[in-house]
Amino acid sequence: MKLSTTLLAATALIAVAGCSKKRPETLPPAPMTDAAPGQVAPPATNPYGDAVVPGSDADFRRSVTSNTVNFDVDMYDIDPQARSILDSQAAWLTKFPNVRATIEGHCDERGTREYNLALGDRRANAAKNYLVARGVSPARLTTISYGKERPIAMGSDEAAYAQNRRAVTVVLN
Amino acid sequence: MTRFAWIAGLALIAAAPAVAQTAAAPQTPAPAAAAGQDQAPPPLEVSVTGGVSAPMPIAIPAMPTNAVISTPAGSTDDLGRKLAEIVTNDLKNSGLFSPLQPAQLRSVIFPEVTAPAFDYWGGTGAQALVQGFIRANGDGNLTVGCYLYDVFSKIELSRQGFVVPPSDWRRAGHKCADMVYTRLTGEGPYFDSRVVYVSETGPKAKRIKRLAIMDQDGANHRFLTNGQSIVLTPRFAPNQQSIVYMSYVNDRPAIYVYDIGSGRQRLVVQNVNLTFAPRFSPDGRYILFSMATGGNTDVYRVAASGGTPQRLTNSPGIDDGGSYSPDGSKIVFESDRSGGQQLYVMNADGSNQQRISFGGGRYGTPVWSPRGDLIAFTKLGGAFRIGVMNPTGGGERLLTNAWQDEGPSWSPNGRVIIFFRSSQGGSGKADLWMVDLTGQVERKIPTPLDGSDPAWGPLRP
Repeated sequence: MKLSTTLLAATALIAVAGCSKKRPETLPPAPMTDAAPGQVAPPATNPYGDAVVPGSDADFRRSVTSNTVNFDVDMYDIDPQARSILDSQAAWLTKFPNVRATIEGHCDERGTREYNLALGDRRANAAKNYLVARGVSPARLTTISYGKERPIAMGSDEAAYAQNRRAVTVVLN
Repeated sequence: MTRFAWIAGLALIAAAPAVAQTAAAPQTPAPAAAAGQDQAPPPLEVSVTGGVSAPMPIAIPAMPTNAVISTPAGSTDDLGRKLAEIVTNDLKNSGLFSPLQPAQLRSVIFPEVTAPAFDYWGGTGAQALVQGFIRANGDGNLTVGCYLYDVFSKIELSRQGFVVPPSDWRRAGHKCADMVYTRLTGEGPYFDSRVVYVSETGPKAKRIKRLAIMDQDGANHRFLTNGQSIVLTPRFAPNQQSIVYMSYVNDRPAIYVYDIGSGRQRLVVQNVNLTFAPRFSPDGRYILFSMATGGNTDVYRVAASGGTPQRLTNSPGIDDGGSYSPDGSKIVFESDRSGGQQLYVMNADGSNQQRISFGGGRYGTPVWSPRGDLIAFTKLGGAFRIGVMNPTGGGERLLTNAWQDEGPSWSPNGRVIIFFRSSQGGSGKADLWMVDLTGQVERKIPTPLDGSDPAWGPLRP
């Protein structure tokens, strides 16, 4: 357990380093995956040279791999793809230790309404627990389940269902 | 509801001018041979659960008035026509009666209400006849008399009178229909009742949801909340003076009690956790609800006035929903402790939890019939279907067959189920439907907008 915690912390550090490459004045640069190195300009406001406030939800959304992780049917376990996404979220949250976030749990429409509220709560908490294991203080994270009330894909097909089974991290400003 | 007064048969006689003739009517000899019968006709009755019997032909002519008087609800002669329409629609919608077409009905004059023209009605094919009258009283109330006759035997089967304020005039029609239904089917009444539900509109990604209340036939529709917060799963208190439901007000999904009279609402459980799926106990003293703590959901109960919740389940999975048996001694709820969503019954204190659904597929949203004999549920396979089973499991029957039918709620007599039917695809539409226990009688309930999460209230006092 101790070893894995250390490993987790190390991973988180690496992730932080990877994410912080846009601020070379405080941390050493690292290879980017989501933009060409030549596009990184010394920013007056933020790494993108625009008005997005560092530490905001907008900053979060473009800094992390994704603000959303997805789940299998009636499941709430964090798969490898979700782990990678949550790692990037944990890194960003570690960088802004005073920022609070809420995690929304959602379901597809193939469950009944109340069961889906419970399932959405499970998914939100699964994502939250992973972030906490990555070093984010649980006091900074809240959860809310929307069940099947707020789909993002409108179809009644497997592709839409897969998108709707999700946990979304939203930074509170 | 002290405004609603029942009149016993004799009191009605004293109150109704038409009554002078009444005494003679039941004494009419039964010339069965004249009706072309070799022997006395069998007793007039309708089977609710027996499958194939044809709906009973019944005549419900407009109800005459002793004097045309203007009331806040309309003139008495107009109300008399509409009262007959209410009775007609209630009985027709039950699927057990086939009301005569208006063209077959004759105009009934006031003294005829208690002395029916049996020979005429016998020629229409009607087996039963409902006549009534309406009268405006000096105190502003309305008196409605309701009489049921056996056309072949030429006898009166039942009568009741109702005194209502003009604002409640429709209830007199529902009470009359309930009298006829009860007398001819042997089942309990259910037409004089209301439904609370979630009115829906807007795009599927962001439905606007409002609590709404209406009579079971869709009349007297009223919105209770403004749609700024998501609201879900309302249920009537047994005394019908309040509604418990779930709301996302302030982004804190929790359960609230809405007082129908004042329009005020109060939070039931002060808690940071998700609380949902609230239902009153049959005696109104407790609210059963579900609470999610760190991803684990269990069933709790709390005094209706608030206080410290008492935990009833503690399996590591999802235990939620729930519905009391009518005597309050047991609770049926859903749990995924077996790996999938299934139905369980436990004692009201949480002891002796037993699974009752074993039919394959998943089961959710169990609701105990007010008669105690059945549990309604949503069966999840490829589609969602409404079904019923015995409280011990077994005897499973599916009543509907559409893409997604969910959330059953029982009529006060436990013989009809209201539920909502969702549309497949991007519209996000859903509508309210009713189905009877045979599964043969199914119809859409008219609502101003879309509708979901219906809860049928008890018979009105």
